[in-house]
Amino acid sequence: MKIALVGQPNSGKSTIFNHAAGYKAITSNFPGKTVTYTVSKMTFQGVTIEIADLPGTYSLTSFDLAELETRKYLLRENVDVVVNVVDAALLSRELELTLQVLELNLPTVLCLNMIDEAEARGIEIDEQKLAQLLDIPVVKTVAHKGWGIDELFENVIKMKSNPSKGKIPTLSKDVEDVLKGLVGELEDKNYRDKFNVPLRFLATKLLENDQYFIEEVKNIDVGFIKNIKNYQKALEQCRDRDSDVVISSERHHLSMDLYEKVVNLTKPKMELRSYLDNIFMHPIWGYVSMIAILYLFFNFVFYVGNFFEEPLLDFFYQFLPYIEDRMGANTLLFNITNGIVQGLAGGIAIVLPFLFPFLLGLAFLEDVGYIPRIAFLMDAFLHRIGLHGKAIIPLILGYGCTVPAVMATRILESERDRFIASVLTTMIPCAARITIIFGLVAFYLGPKAALFVYVLNIVVVAIAGKILSRLLPEVTPGMIMEIPSYHIPSLKVLLAKVWLRMKEFIVVAWPLLIAGSVALSLLKYWQLESFINKLVSPITLLLGLPAAVGVTLIFGVLRKELSMVMLVQALGATNISTVMSATQIMTFTIFVLFYTPCVATIAVLIKEIGSKRTIFAMVFTFFIAILLATATRLVY
Amino acid sequence: MVVNLINVKPGSRVKVIRIQGGLGVRQRLSCLGIHPGDLMAVQTSAIMQGPIVVGIHGNKVAIGRCVAAKILVEEV
Repeated sequence: MKIALVGQPNSGKSTIFNHAAGYKAITSNFPGKTVTYTVSKMTFQGVTIEIADLPGTYSLTSFDLAELETRKYLLRENVDVVVNVVDAALLSRELELTLQVLELNLPTVLCLNMIDEAEARGIEIDEQKLAQLLDIPVVKTVAHKGWGIDELFENVIKMKSNPSKGKIPTLSKDVEDVLKGLVGELEDKNYRDKFNVPLRFLATKLLENDQYFIEEVKNIDVGFIKNIKNYQKALEQCRDRDSDVVISSERHHLSMDLYEKVVNLTKPKMELRSYLDNIFMHPIWGYVSMIAILYLFFNFVFYVGNFFEEPLLDFFYQFLPYIEDRMGANTLLFNITNGIVQGLAGGIAIVLPFLFPFLLGLAFLEDVGYIPRIAFLMDAFLHRIGLHGKAIIPLILGYGCTVPAVMATRILESERDRFIASVLTTMIPCAARITIIFGLVAFYLGPKAALFVYVLNIVVVAIAGKILSRLLPEVTPGMIMEIPSYHIPSLKVLLAKVWLRMKEFIVVAWPLLIAGSVALSLLKYWQLESFINKLVSPITLLLGLPAAVGVTLIFGVLRKELSMVMLVQALGATNISTVMSATQIMTFTIFVLFYTPCVATIAVLIKEIGSKRTIFAMVFTFFIAILLATATRLVY
Repeated sequence: MVVNLINVKPGSRVKVIRIQGGLGVRQRLSCLGIHPGDLMAVQTSAIMQGPIVVGIHGNKVAIGRCVAAKILVEEV
């Protein structure tokens, strides 16, 4: 049995998915974090269900990549049941999507999620009446607490023997007549088979001027476009508005009508959090609190990380002399073992202590719902560099990992914005580079120097943004962004999310870190290291770094942490400050921070912005790295 | 009196009269529940030509200045 979760952004699809399938999809409290779908198998009451968590979509009209993806999935995969997840507190708006889902003519279950939230706002929903009006099962849930999930899946399974595809309410007579006319013509043309979609759905989308379907029709039959235009004109004459507005207004009225029939409004509970935005989105206090929050976050990561780094490093390095004694310093076996220990030590003692508190803090800010507030506050600044507020979301996610951050640029509307945001995102220090900033700069040069690196990074990203938007002068489409209400995150979900992101690090990065360290040991053993260092020497000479650093820069392209983990080994000293001066440590960090994105990022960039632009991004960032690192050498 | 959304003071309630601008803007606004005829409350606006926040159908939406300039409203 195949089911798909469909719903507007932030309605809790991924939360339901995770509850059913184990924590596999990242959830956060801001719209648009799921950009591609995740599929998983689960067993419920003996039935094997394949469940797909589709990207959030406000409507089924294709004007945004996530929405197109969702629609294509629904039309392509023969889904047995669609579960339409709705944020119950926003029922009137979210029913507009439900009406479109019903037009797909698939068995559907409506899930009223976050019902507790709705009730706190004084919205009481009569789900039986709604079920009767739409002729589909309606289930109330509170996904993050697990309430109602079993009942939801019971209803999904019942669909197998008794599928209900719902009934689509009719539009106003004049509009309905035009729609029916077009449906008739599509039927004559036999478009149902050509497009594999219900004709009423197709006709509505054509009247709404859906670019994807219009193009498809053009490909088959250019002449027919004229007929479609005539129907659009007929609608415009009905209401003296553009045809897409006529359709969306009709849907809006139908949803409002349903809403009024099933909702009983009572007095909302007064809650503290409704006042929070008086501070967090205030023209002055908003910025003061934002700086305070980010400063606290920075300190939290630094102190937690610092507390663990040194004792853990000492723990690992105490073994080395002992092993050396047993195996002999110049044997191949010792060199391999040494590589493994160094790789493990780097992963556990240098990377983990900073990665964990960082990811926890980020997850907290995401789940509380603070990120959209930052987007609101930063909109004016981002306009100066040719983007708009929403672009801050991929940039903030970039502090976690560049790969999902580049994918998150899909929430931006224009291709140009996505390109600029992607390039800028690669320059944001991801968790891997953060461990370098903390493990090297903060550890040896103090927290102030680390803070300086961050501030410098933001300034450079801003300037780079300005340069790119000058190169691509095009007006960014303005920001239209939902500001979700605050949620108290559950510790379980926070930890599950941190674990999901850490797992990626442990599974992918650790083997690479260890393999990298072993490779370096072997290179040293066979004395090939100096050959690579010689190749990189133009860079190390220019930057005034020890020649031995060269090899770490090459390996750093695989994983950025490798640069630092291998540094200890390449220089043959556990205390870096004995072999590198403060200037060299700073120059090295600045260079590693900006130079060429790691391989995983390059792969996702090629997918998202194409190979030509990816090469541009690599050259552009490399150039910035050389420029800044040389300047650091001379000035710092 | 019909005015531009950017000229409305925070704290006022307005009715949407018309949405100018292209298909993209119209559709994105309609997705977030903003249609001609709807009532919304103007809540705050950010400094330095930043966005305006409106409350609509129990939800908050931030609208950038250049989009807000395309929304004609009437104070109620």
